[in-house]
Amino acid sequence: MSMPRAGWAFVTPALAVIGVFFALPVLAAFVLSLTDFDLYALADLKNLRFVGLQNYVEVLATPLFWKSLLNTVYFVGVGVPLSIAASLGAALLLNSPLARLKGTFRTALFAPVVTTVVAVALIWRYLFHTRYGLINFALAQFGIAPIDWLGDPHYSMPAIIIFAVWKNFGYNMIILLAGLQGVPQELYEAARIDGASAWRQFRHITLPSLRPVLLLVGIITMSGYFQLFAEPYVMTRGDPLQSTYSVLYYMYEEGFMWWSLGRASAIAFILFALILLATRALLRLARRGEAP
Amino acid sequence: MKPKLASILVNGGLVVVSAIVAFPLLWMLSVSFMAQGEANAFPPPLLPAHATFANYRELFERAGMGRYLANSLAIATALTLLSLAFNLAAGYAFAKLKFGGRERLFATLLGALLIPAQVAMIPLFLLMKWLHLVNTYGGVIVPGLAGVFGIFLVRQYAQTIPDELLEAARIDGAGEGKIFVRIVLPLLKPIVVTLAIFTFLASWNDFMWPLIVLSDQHWQTAPVALAALSREHVQDNELMMAGSVVTIVPVLVLFLVLQRYYIQGLLLGSVKA
Repeated sequence: MSMPRAGWAFVTPALAVIGVFFALPVLAAFVLSLTDFDLYALADLKNLRFVGLQNYVEVLATPLFWKSLLNTVYFVGVGVPLSIAASLGAALLLNSPLARLKGTFRTALFAPVVTTVVAVALIWRYLFHTRYGLINFALAQFGIAPIDWLGDPHYSMPAIIIFAVWKNFGYNMIILLAGLQGVPQELYEAARIDGASAWRQFRHITLPSLRPVLLLVGIITMSGYFQLFAEPYVMTRGDPLQSTYSVLYYMYEEGFMWWSLGRASAIAFILFALILLATRALLRLARRGEAP
Repeated sequence: MKPKLASILVNGGLVVVSAIVAFPLLWMLSVSFMAQGEANAFPPPLLPAHATFANYRELFERAGMGRYLANSLAIATALTLLSLAFNLAAGYAFAKLKFGGRERLFATLLGALLIPAQVAMIPLFLLMKWLHLVNTYGGVIVPGLAGVFGIFLVRQYAQTIPDELLEAARIDGAGEGKIFVRIVLPLLKPIVVTLAIFTFLASWNDFMWPLIVLSDQHWQTAPVALAALSREHVQDNELMMAGSVVTIVPVLVLFLVLQRYYIQGLLLGSVKA
């Protein structure tokens, strides 16, 4: 077998799977989003009609969609910076030459990443319990009155953000730790000779060296956080007062509770466009920051 | 700052942060051994007064958790083994076998990483329905048989294989299939372990797609069944914590054993920028 033919033979099975079960559905989703595919069409395709952009217009005119969008943007806008700050803090501690038992600490801090979202969300639902939750118990020690974390629309999203930071910060911590280890030690030595404080070393050596890594984890984390679904599904069912209703939760309910598959596809594409726009904005921001 | 004080700050900080991070998992374990209703008290007890297996017994005898764990295990194992075959072959070819349009094809695949999986889910559900794969193991396994991330990971690693080695085998008259099995696969062993643990954990922990495609209880995976169970038993915290324990412990143990490979894969997968 010649090399080009072997190459094709090796990649074709994988390409076929990705083509049939990913590329084709993505294209079909776009077509579907232009139709009124619903329970009737599911029963008989003759009931399917082409409706143009009507699904998009309808979704954009639905208050619940805007609510879910706002909630998602809140989750991303607060959750991503907090997560990355936690990752960076933990990575700095682990990278310190003074730190002992690094392997053990690294494992403990990383463990939440490999756990099952549904299962750990149940733990946190319980930790956040108004009457019996340990979080309120801990706050009471500081004289803070019990907070109805998952029942008060002001606290429900912060609760989910705290949970998400705990669950996810370990992932970026590992990547940032590798980034920190790549910073040339001579830079720090020179700074120390010049008498630069720890904070100045961090501001002028560590942060600039980490720029590309921070941009990378920022993009990965942001696109992941836009796909918020399991946390509200388990912890709050989108409540209270739909304060944790996310865009994907909305898509799921439209699609698989009400079987408005056309509308649900439109929501999926709006979310996709949103992620692309946010990624571009982040890249542009990073590029502008680079210019002196 | 004095070195001694700095050392106390750094190590003390690590101890405190690690304790806070590990606490929910340890507490889950403790509550799972408490008697029913014991955890609904203020202040919440840290340890069970009399440790009991009652929650686990109820979980397996009445709630059918054994069945769901078996479903999860079957799906994650099959998905891991089968997808390894697809991704290893493709990843190696993209790294080492020259064929027309290879680079452009690979760039297209990487571009597909930008598209969230949920965009494909609705038509994928219809496709699965048409193929009669809804409420079967196949409904979860088949769409995951090959993945861009897996191919990317293998390609990254396979690029380190020296071309001279492959050329020498070709001169000796070995076919490409034989070269792949006899020479390449043994060299790829570390990335095989990495990809296997990645795939297994991702499959075990996956929630949204199994929730959609496995609506029939009989076929549900542990996370999907646990979510349904938690909606019925909102107050049974001890039972729910036992459910969380049996769902998390298998993947946590697997991670602890193969940690080195997992972290290596994580770093290899994040250098694409």
